[in-house]
Amino acid sequence: MNSPTGSSPRQDPVIRLEDVSVVYRIPKERIISFKEYAIRWLKGQIAFDEFKALDGVSLDIQPGEVFGIIGPNGAGKSTLLKVLARVLRPSGGRVRVRGRVAPLLELGAGFDMELTGRENVFINGAILGQRREDIASRFDGLVDFAGLRSFIDMPLRTYSTGMVARLGFSVATDILPEVLVVDEVLSVGDAAFQKKAAARVAQFRDAGATIVLVAHDLDAVCRMCHRAAWLSGGRVKAVGPAKEVVHEYQRTVA
Amino acid sequence: MADFYDSAYAPMPIVGEFQDLWRYRSLLTLLVVNSLKTRYKRSFFGLAWTLFNPLIQMAVLAIAFSSIFRGALIRYPVYVLAGLICWNFFVQATTHSMNTLVWGSGLLKRIYMPRTIFVFVAVGNGLINLCLAMVPLLLIMLAMGHPLYAAWWFVPVAVFLLALFASGVALLVSILAVFFGDTVDIYQALVQALFFITPVMYPKDILPQRYAWFLELNPVHRLLELFRSPIYLGRLPDDAAILTAAAWAFGAFLLGWWAFTRKVDELAYRI
Repeated sequence: MNSPTGSSPRQDPVIRLEDVSVVYRIPKERIISFKEYAIRWLKGQIAFDEFKALDGVSLDIQPGEVFGIIGPNGAGKSTLLKVLARVLRPSGGRVRVRGRVAPLLELGAGFDMELTGRENVFINGAILGQRREDIASRFDGLVDFAGLRSFIDMPLRTYSTGMVARLGFSVATDILPEVLVVDEVLSVGDAAFQKKAAARVAQFRDAGATIVLVAHDLDAVCRMCHRAAWLSGGRVKAVGPAKEVVHEYQRTVA
Repeated sequence: MADFYDSAYAPMPIVGEFQDLWRYRSLLTLLVVNSLKTRYKRSFFGLAWTLFNPLIQMAVLAIAFSSIFRGALIRYPVYVLAGLICWNFFVQATTHSMNTLVWGSGLLKRIYMPRTIFVFVAVGNGLINLCLAMVPLLLIMLAMGHPLYAAWWFVPVAVFLLALFASGVALLVSILAVFFGDTVDIYQALVQALFFITPVMYPKDILPQRYAWFLELNPVHRLLELFRSPIYLGRLPDDAAILTAAAWAFGAFLLGWWAFTRKVDELAYRI
């Protein structure tokens, strides 16, 4: 009943955002002491800045789509991914996601440098919500994909940055998620591994996974994505075929 | 369906957090085991340090205070070691949880997991250390000829209540630490003070009578006695004392849970 049905042929969107807004409520000045807080609270002087990171965003993303999100810094791109990944709860509107969302974690997030590669694979898998038996049964293939067979029982602190990144990528993408969320991490590792990574993303796409990616590399968005959304100031400026949206965006930047 | 997320039907954090903690229980176990592994990974004696540490502390206190409390407390090392085991658990679990939450902050910003998990990793880690510390305690008791009372059956109950209380305090101070940078320092100072006004290493009768009310109010003292009485005196505290301790434990847990889950959705951008 709860087994993922990755390639369900229904044409309901995998991801549906309806009028989603996210408001960060941050004290105007960073008050970090109790004393200050108490004094201001008594005076009724605690002012909050309400920062709208997302403002009325509505999007439908179809199964099997590779969807790019572009826009300037601070446009709300990462916030959007966080809302999809459940890390942030929308302050308004509604988010619906069918299926398991797996983010491609950034370098070393969730890794413990003191532990061995093997131990870290199991922790990272569990963080991604995978079951221990599943990880164990896929362990060998995963290690081979990362190309780390002879290092897997050494502490992670002895790895190079690229090796850590490869291990992280392999764990994150080992089990096909319905939705893969990628926040500018496709540029890690050496050229050979980047090629492998791109191939795996393509493999996901072919297997019917939905991929949402944030990228500043507009060429990559044109190349990889079917559709794209251009965010600016927390609002959707344009949605449509990736090339058109990218061109429209480039016109305003240039 | 397990893998369907609808923000409109997501339960209130105060309930949802419980459900998710249960769903992620294998992650919890794994993180507890790993926190034990990493702590002593580079040391020669490894996990044995969990046994040595309380023994060393106990030995120092026994050398320093045995002669002073000889009249009041027979077999002082048993008394002080039982007290220290409780105390160390409480302090380690609460301070460690503030630190693990900060460690986990990088993850919390990127991927969903029950945010209380870091607090329970610290408490679980403390519980294992507490269990291991029972070994030196039993050895000392055997060596000194302290009887093993039937009242020992109550020790797991006492540990449970203590863990519940520690979890509550840990939840509260951890969420405070996220929002107020000086929580860690204030808490350390408070704990230091509390150590000296809680009868861990001295008999409670030496506190002046006019402070007796404070002992009555001190939850750590209450919970510690629940643990130490069956071991050291061989009898349970009276019913009223048990009930008060249980009320503290459940009260602290509910307060901590409420405070933490109330602010939990802000964690991802405030940490």
